[in-house]
Amino acid sequence: MPSVMLRKREDGKLLFYVAKKDLEETIESMEFDTPDKWGGEVVLGDGSRYYFEPTSPPPKIPTTLQAKRL
Amino acid sequence: MAAMTREETEALIQEVLEVYPEKAKNDRAKHLAVNDQSLEKANKCITSNRKSLPGVMTIRGCAYAGSKGVVWGPIKDMIHISHGPVGCGQYSRAGRRNYYVGTTGVNTFGTMNFTSDFQEKDIVFGGDKKLAKLIDEIEVLFPLNKGISIQSECPIGLIGDDIEAVAKVKKKEHGKTIVPVRCEGFRGVSQSLGHHIANDAIRDWVLENRDGDESFPTTPYDVAVIGDYNIGGDAWSSRTLLEEMGLRVVAQWSGDGTIAEIEKTPKVKLNLIHCYRSMNYIARHMEEKYSIPWIEYNFFGPTKIAESLRRIASHFDETIQAGAERVIERYKIEYEAVIAKYKPRLQGKRVMLYVGGLRPRHVIGAYEDLGMEVVGTGYEFAHNDDYDRTIKEMGNATLLYDDVTGYEFEEFVKKVQPDLVGSGIKEKYIFQKMGVPFRQMHSWDYSGPYHGYDGFAIFARDMDMTINNPCWKNFKAPWKTEAASDAVKAVA
Repeated sequence: MPSVMLRKREDGKLLFYVAKKDLEETIESMEFDTPDKWGGEVVLGDGSRYYFEPTSPPPKIPTTLQAKRL
Repeated sequence: MAAMTREETEALIQEVLEVYPEKAKNDRAKHLAVNDQSLEKANKCITSNRKSLPGVMTIRGCAYAGSKGVVWGPIKDMIHISHGPVGCGQYSRAGRRNYYVGTTGVNTFGTMNFTSDFQEKDIVFGGDKKLAKLIDEIEVLFPLNKGISIQSECPIGLIGDDIEAVAKVKKKEHGKTIVPVRCEGFRGVSQSLGHHIANDAIRDWVLENRDGDESFPTTPYDVAVIGDYNIGGDAWSSRTLLEEMGLRVVAQWSGDGTIAEIEKTPKVKLNLIHCYRSMNYIARHMEEKYSIPWIEYNFFGPTKIAESLRRIASHFDETIQAGAERVIERYKIEYEAVIAKYKPRLQGKRVMLYVGGLRPRHVIGAYEDLGMEVVGTGYEFAHNDDYDRTIKEMGNATLLYDDVTGYEFEEFVKKVQPDLVGSGIKEKYIFQKMGVPFRQMHSWDYSGPYHGYDGFAIFARDMDMTINNPCWKNFKAPWKTEAASDAVKAVA
């Protein structure tokens, strides 16, 4: 369960950053990304997949969340 | 020597790796790469931030160096105790040339060394009592200090001293910020973890000191300069540009910085990150906690400066944007004169760099402004994200080397034959004896500043002074030069 820092890049894409792993990747797709449900499975730029517990309303970005590695 | 092709560079890497035993060879091969600009991500071509191999000459430092030497050390009005044996503090004292204003020993303490000088009995019985006594003594002898940081050396972690407890007790007693930093040298693979630990210590012990205190008057143009250590005055020559374009620099982290500035940083509108490697952690934290955006900038060489000034300005309104244009315009005559003077002397010269965590990519623009070409670059302690940012800056088929060993670096220089090598003090004399011009790029070879337009003039002069120094022509004994052998033949 790495803790992931999420921030918005200038071009609007979400950046997925895990300090301990030196991992800085864009989030390419997210399972739920609507105003009333956010989270689920995400696919990163390098193809790896993580899972955020779906939340509602969406978190305020930037933030740190726990993600599960799939 | 013409630019190398991809195949030649790959062959060179293979040739250099040949001497290693099988296992070491496989490991080192991952750290050496040929640059490919088409790649988006560096982890496809290079591995970084891994433990150095035992038995090779690495140029890295330790976590203590990253925390005390880099991040905390330059904060001038705090006293940084090198807690442990005397050597770590003494041999790193004042070596980095972080300039500051103040009276050393009275209200600033940058070039002094404070240590608990551990003896055998402290290792056996623990050093907490000594640390407490030391802090009391500091309060008596240097009452104008604004805070104390306790920089752990290796033994502190090994014997399990509780410096946090001492810090808490003394903080209450003296009413000053006392920060225990767990930066024992054995932690991590290089000084990079020391930066992270130091950032975390600032986050936990300093940054929130003024939360909820709105007495500091803010303006919409407040920025903080983060990750500029004022080496040879770098931060000053950067700060003037920012102030000229209409911004107010509230804090300098940490060159010529004070603890008050650090405490005020959460009130700024934008964090400007120069050294991404050592300070990105705190910038990310402030973005999350105080919603302060941050951007990376680069003040080496006029092209990058103009680019950075415009990017910084784009986060503010028209007055600042006009200010940025005004600044660029104002210095145009100056930097064009510098280029006109030095470019003809430096055009086409080839450079190899090997520095810490930022400059291997940041100074490339400055060299290119002078018509020079960077043919190889590498970091001591960079991470993947640094190489991501490097790939685009470097030309295709140039060499990339991570945590290069003494042997590899020498061989690369012998084969690539650059006109200049820029690296640290440990490499300087090897290359100078090989007859290769060298600049020490960690603290600007006792020169500087190199940041900003003013710094660029000094940078250009220094590079010219080194490369075109007449001494390089006199490396061969007169009777061994070609002209001499012709003369000898003529006589015969």
